[in-house]
Amino acid sequence: MTTDRTELALIAVAIAVAAAALFSPNWLVFTLTLALSTGMVVMGVVMLMRAGLVSFGQGLFYCLGGYAVGLGGRFLGITDALALIGLGVVTTVVVAMILGLLVTRYREIFFAMLSLAFSMILYGLLVKSHGLGSTDGFGVVDWTLFGMSSESNGSLMALMLAIALALAIALFLNRYFKSSVGLACEAIRENEVRVEYMGISRQQTLYINYVIAAAVGSVGGSMTALAAGHVDPTMAYWTISGEFVFIAILGGTGHVAAPFIAALIFTLVRTYAIELAPNAWQMILGIVLLLIILFLPKGIWSLFTRKKRAAS
Amino acid sequence: MLTVWAILIDGFIYASWLFLVAAGLTVIYGVMRILNMAHGSLYALGAYAAASALGWYYAGGGDQLWMAFAILAVSAITIGAVAGLAIERGLLRLMYGRDEILMLIITFAVLLILEDVMKLVWGTTPYFAYQPYAAMGRISIDVLTVSRYDLMVLAVSVVIGVGLWFWLERTRIGKILRSIIHDREVSTAMGVNVGRMFTITFMIGATLGAIAGGLTAPIISVVPGIGIEVIVLAFAVVVTGGLGSITGAAVGAIIVGLARATSIHTMPELELFIIYAVMAAVLVFRPYGLFGRAVARKI
Repeated sequence: MTTDRTELALIAVAIAVAAAALFSPNWLVFTLTLALSTGMVVMGVVMLMRAGLVSFGQGLFYCLGGYAVGLGGRFLGITDALALIGLGVVTTVVVAMILGLLVTRYREIFFAMLSLAFSMILYGLLVKSHGLGSTDGFGVVDWTLFGMSSESNGSLMALMLAIALALAIALFLNRYFKSSVGLACEAIRENEVRVEYMGISRQQTLYINYVIAAAVGSVGGSMTALAAGHVDPTMAYWTISGEFVFIAILGGTGHVAAPFIAALIFTLVRTYAIELAPNAWQMILGIVLLLIILFLPKGIWSLFTRKKRAAS
Repeated sequence: MLTVWAILIDGFIYASWLFLVAAGLTVIYGVMRILNMAHGSLYALGAYAAASALGWYYAGGGDQLWMAFAILAVSAITIGAVAGLAIERGLLRLMYGRDEILMLIITFAVLLILEDVMKLVWGTTPYFAYQPYAAMGRISIDVLTVSRYDLMVLAVSVVIGVGLWFWLERTRIGKILRSIIHDREVSTAMGVNVGRMFTITFMIGATLGAIAGGLTAPIISVVPGIGIEVIVLAFAVVVTGGLGSITGAAVGAIIVGLARATSIHTMPELELFIIYAVMAAVLVFRPYGLFGRAVARKI
């Protein structure tokens, strides 16, 4: 651990993407922003997967982050993007700290389906709240970043913000995965009773992990809301959470960059698939998911590591 | 007082429908330890099959109610059994022995595939098969009127529930299935063909889902996405009652059904919320559901 090349590589890639974005067409800027935002949410799913938990309800925190941006701008008059994202994170952490007490008692399918149920509760509440546009949702007001308004060049500003946040999250999680809590999570996945024997509280470890994963998901949701300029209850619908699980499996849990790469592939393919074959898009997802589980159980990131090992 | 009666009647009718939807899910989980996310798609398949078969029958000038029900039953059962057989033999068989959570993700993939297969076969325009529902009319109980069709669904639900209980508790195959539930390896050693039993169980579970869909087709408009909504409800029911238990599914269905009816008659805006709130409340006090048993964790 004298020189961690991962951190340098992440910073280099982030700068390269930001530089390339300046010369990119508008649709690519938007797609990249969405991919990075989705990648952040998927990071949360991956964090839980490292602890052996699969969440079909990460959409809950994604939606909370999105709605915090929408409501904060609309009713509290906050326009600063960072303040809005902070509002989302605080709300999400409070909710996750309450829900975490219950859901971290569960494993496997119970955890999966319980988290799904909680996100569906939020969906149900939002659909019935007519003041917030019911199923149509509502638009996000124009926001500012360091005093600059999003009106003139919003999509590029959103991308720069997304790159900065994604980099910060990736750097933080890269260290977190090597911290005692991060390593304890992996140990819990392997054998949680032995973890208890070693004097580590599995409950506490999973709880911390769950809350951080929720906060990361919230940032992704807030970024999506800022970029798309619109929020609606489908953000909490369980099929959206299913897509996050899909992307997490596609990328694998091997590296902090994997979820972002997988999210980029997912977003790009979706853009074309929905145009070319709107009624076969989910079928493609399903088939690819099965193929990955069968032939690439550690995700596409394992392609890189395998090559590296073969070369050395 | 009138509201109480209305809640009870609506609650039990809804509970019977919930039980029909959830029964197949809990049978499959109980025996195979697979939480089948594609169950909702099997429900939708049954609904589509029944709706298009009924549409074809009525378009051809048929108007016999008993014929309509025969067509409904045959089409739903056929498509459920065939789809169940195809999914189990074609895919799940290759995956046995993996983590429960991975099986959940695999059935999620099946769900995604089936959703689009249905869109490709039946298109996105809604299908209607309201004729049997309309033909049966309504009866009045005091000042409330209840559809006869809904009462029939309630009866079918009771018959299926009792039938399932009898099948698992009183027949030879049921006994073999219970031995698999208790110990798969020992059952294999005693000469039980576990593979074939799994095929049978999955086909029956899938058929139950399709029957639920077929019976629902005359009540709703059959559109893409109905299965995705249903799976979450069915899951809430079986978890409240305890995964893998038929009695649990019945009790869970009644609790959720009554809770929803109460909410609709008193606080309609909380309808969706109340279902999951009940589930969460039960799980806080009984982590494995009302009739579920805790599993020891291996060291």
